[in-house]
Amino acid sequence: MFETLSHLALQQYWWVIISLLGALFVFLTFVQGGQTLIYTIGKTEPERTMLVNTLGRKWEFTFTILVTFGGAFFASFPLFYATSFGGAYWVWIAILFSFVIQAVSYEYRTKPANFLGTKTFESFLFLNGALGTILIGTAVGTFFNGAMFSLNDMNNVSWETPFRGLEAVLTFHNVALGLSVFFLARILGALYFMNSVESEAIFTRSKKQVLYNTIPFLVFFLYFVIWLLLKDGYAYNETEVFMEKFKYLHNLIQMPLVAVVFLLGVVGVLWGIGVTILKNSSKGIWFAGAGTVLAVLALFLIAGLNGTAFYPSNFALQDSLTIETASSSHFTLTAMSYVSLGVPFVLAYIWWVWKAMNSKKIDEAEMQEEDSHAY
Amino acid sequence: MLEAIDLSLVNWSRAQFALTAMYHWLFVPLTLGLTVIIAIMETMYVKTGNVEWKRITKFWMVLFGINFAIGVATGIILEFEFGTNWSNYSWFVGDIFGAPLAIEGIFAFFMESTFIAVMFFGWNKVSKKVHLLSTWLTAIGANLSALWILVANAWMQNPVGMQFNPETARNEMVSFWEVLFSPTAIYKFLHTTSSGFVLASIFVIGISSWFILKKRNLVFARKSILVAAIFGLVSSVYVAFTGDSSARDIAQQQPMKFAAFEGLYNGSEGAGLIALGVFSTSDSDSTNQNLLDFNMKLEIPNVLSYMAYMDWNAFVPGINDLINGNEKYGYLSADEKIARGKAAIAKLKEYKDAKNSGDGQLADQLKTEFMDPDFQENYFNYFGYGYITDKNLLIPSVPLSFYSFHIMVGLGFYFIVFFVLAFLYTIRGKLEKKKGFLRLAVWTIPLAYIASQAGWIVAEVGRQPWVIQDLMPTVAAVTKISTSAVQVTFWLFAAIFTMLLIAELKIMLRQIKIGPKMDGGQH
Ligand code: HDD
Ligand code: HEM
Ligand code: HEM
Repeated sequence: MFETLSHLALQQYWWVIISLLGALFVFLTFVQGGQTLIYTIGKTEPERTMLVNTLGRKWEFTFTILVTFGGAFFASFPLFYATSFGGAYWVWIAILFSFVIQAVSYEYRTKPANFLGTKTFESFLFLNGALGTILIGTAVGTFFNGAMFSLNDMNNVSWETPFRGLEAVLTFHNVALGLSVFFLARILGALYFMNSVESEAIFTRSKKQVLYNTIPFLVFFLYFVIWLLLKDGYAYNETEVFMEKFKYLHNLIQMPLVAVVFLLGVVGVLWGIGVTILKNSSKGIWFAGAGTVLAVLALFLIAGLNGTAFYPSNFALQDSLTIETASSSHFTLTAMSYVSLGVPFVLAYIWWVWKAMNSKKIDEAEMQEEDSHAY
Repeated sequence: MLEAIDLSLVNWSRAQFALTAMYHWLFVPLTLGLTVIIAIMETMYVKTGNVEWKRITKFWMVLFGINFAIGVATGIILEFEFGTNWSNYSWFVGDIFGAPLAIEGIFAFFMESTFIAVMFFGWNKVSKKVHLLSTWLTAIGANLSALWILVANAWMQNPVGMQFNPETARNEMVSFWEVLFSPTAIYKFLHTTSSGFVLASIFVIGISSWFILKKRNLVFARKSILVAAIFGLVSSVYVAFTGDSSARDIAQQQPMKFAAFEGLYNGSEGAGLIALGVFSTSDSDSTNQNLLDFNMKLEIPNVLSYMAYMDWNAFVPGINDLINGNEKYGYLSADEKIARGKAAIAKLKEYKDAKNSGDGQLADQLKTEFMDPDFQENYFNYFGYGYITDKNLLIPSVPLSFYSFHIMVGLGFYFIVFFVLAFLYTIRGKLEKKKGFLRLAVWTIPLAYIASQAGWIVAEVGRQPWVIQDLMPTVAAVTKISTSAVQVTFWLFAAIFTMLLIAELKIMLRQIKIGPKMDGGQH
């Protein structure tokens, strides 16, 4: 069935999948956001233990989504994988590094004889929470603001600054996205605590954090979105890549469905925050989470669809990557599309396990249980 | 097209990859095997209802968790390293190589990381049966992770199921099944996973033996050893069997690697197997490796021919035959291959130039010539040789390959004997008295790790200078970046991984000292 689709249709299908994975990842950074709040919200050792443990049952999902995002991007748009990872070397190494230190921290944090000490592992969690979100957001910002690379005859990348990607922080628009992701992750983290920990004190402090982080989030996010809709974008046609005024605004207008998704997403996030603050609800995470997925999905879609170059080069505009130039062959995309049919099945068992494991909120009694494997 | 690449950049990038891969591989084999052993133990618990089995299961699960975390931490680097440090490679073969990596993420990693949560936290949240199922799914997920990455690795050793596209300057997949079911991939998967089973069995027996030596937790230790000895015995025989198949496959696909790890300089009919050997060290000229030979060797006549071709008298090419060529048996010389590779690269360049200058007709004609099956077979198949500047670079490190291979195989046979003994002593109830064997068992743990690392050295060093056999040498695969950047990341990874390794070992040793919880099985 996929064989009959045109190459372009497959490329679009895969861009949607990549966008969806990116969107799910941003939602799941509630783990990272939560990690930066452990000391702010947990005032006593048992409280912190509960917080770490609620996150500890979910961190693997976030991590695995990141790994899958990398693998899927490699398989569907290998030229992006080669260009961006090899080119913006330092950015990606820094991101990876922050995930390496996360992966051991839950398991090793309170184990006896852990060599580096509990505090070190907790600071690893904090670093991952802060660096991971800010850097990934900033890196995704370059989808809209371009990067400094060129490609040769064999499509091999050269980077035109010695900073290998770190120069992205010089563009404030990129950083604004990074900080939006950071504060959003903290909001989601606090909402998640309210939903899954049985403790009055934690509930109240989390609620306060939702409020505190919403303010900077809105500032940076609004700045990012408004500027995005006003700025020139990287468009392409059969022959060339060129700058188009209001490109991203045009994309929203020309793809009304995406605009609707975006609006729903923003409303969802605000609704989740609103019911939490105004109504003391503990269900905010579901609205804000779904909203995050929709909003990020829409941002990715306007970055790559509708004749937009998703990884533009400011150094050599014609080398900018589009879903058409960066993609795998028709054959590979077809084969991978069959593989993608397995995804709903994977999501279904993840959902089932999540339900089974979260049926009861975490409380102090569970942490002390003989049979529990507490971090 | 062929730009001057700093050799030190290539070597640092290789060193970085080797460092991170070898660290990853310190933890992966235990994950592969221990999940299966744990699943077997939990099955015993569910079948017999004996809480002692639950206690046993949970103790090994704690050690598994400690090892697993650092396995994940070291894995993420590898996945992205193809992009960061081998970006030219990533484009050249991304159309084929990316797919297994993506499938691994979508199916294997999610399976493992989802059900691992049930395995650790679900004892009181799901039924016994569902818990057991989750444990098995974790084990299957772990071994599926191995499948896909090994398919990718096997494809680099023996590229199949693809076609070069001059338009995009890359290889494109034409048959998914050929990639997945290549014999190289199958042997690699079977051999590697079963080697993980062997390592984990040795780990369980070694630690249990320590408990017996300390006169602690005797019932626990005996039961653990029984499971591990049976599982290990079956796996170790299987490892030898699949290793032998792997070697035969290599004799066909990568004759240079085969010659290197067998230490065969001059090919012959009825070639003998060098069972033991010490290299001559008189040679001071490092490029002229083919002059090196053995100071001392123990050779078994005709066996190598039989092993490689199932024929006692078959001709097996040696390193010199592969470099200088051997007309009688139809082996091209390295010089000839290099010339053909250069011709293929030149034709591609001509085509690109014609296209860039807008001469569509000439471009079309050149493309047709390039895609001609005859040209593909006789020229394109040597594409990578066009990058080789000195034919001696086509010889991998012979001593490293030879010694690693012989260490692995020697240990492989030792392990079979070891498991037989462990099994016999356990069923005869004599374990407690065999102090010498118990001590040996503890010391066998590091040997398992040595065998395992040695295997990868054979596989990866033996295929040098190729990243993709005959198509892409390492020099052409590397990301163009300053050497100092790679040096910095090399030391960064070396420092962080070493630090984490120390932490892991200390935590693991402490958990072993603490031992299984006495009251862990009341449910
Ligand atoms: C406990 C570990 C262990 C043990 C006892 C053995 N192996 Fe092994 N071997 C591995 C662990 C391993 C490995 C780490 O899993 C490798 C590395 C790459 C691979 O595919 O598997 C490997 C590779 C490897 C290769 C190279 C594959 C390649 O280049 O692609 C050969 C030819 C053999 N093995 C053969 C054997 C034979 C004949 C053995 C006899 C008993 C043996 N191995 C025991
Ligand atoms: C050089 C290529 C390799 C890459 C790119 C790679 C990648 C990874 C990654 C990203 C993880 C973390 C997965 C997670 O998110 O949970 C991981 C873990 C793991 N890898 Fe590797 N790996 C490589 C080599 C190997 C090999 C050779 C094997 C086995 C034969 C293997 C088997 C595993 C296993 C069993 C895990 C345990 C964690 C898990 O499955 O989640 N890997 N690897
Ligand atoms: C986890 C087990 C593995 C170990 C211990 C291992 C070991 C090594 C070693 C020692 C080298 C250096 C060889 C040299 O430069 O002489 C190397 C290189 C390399 N390996 Fe592996 N390897 C493993 C798995 C894999 C897998 C599964 C893949 C691919 C899917 C892979 C791809 C590479 C690449 C691209 C290089 C760099 C280029 C080269 O030097 O050939 N490795 N590995």
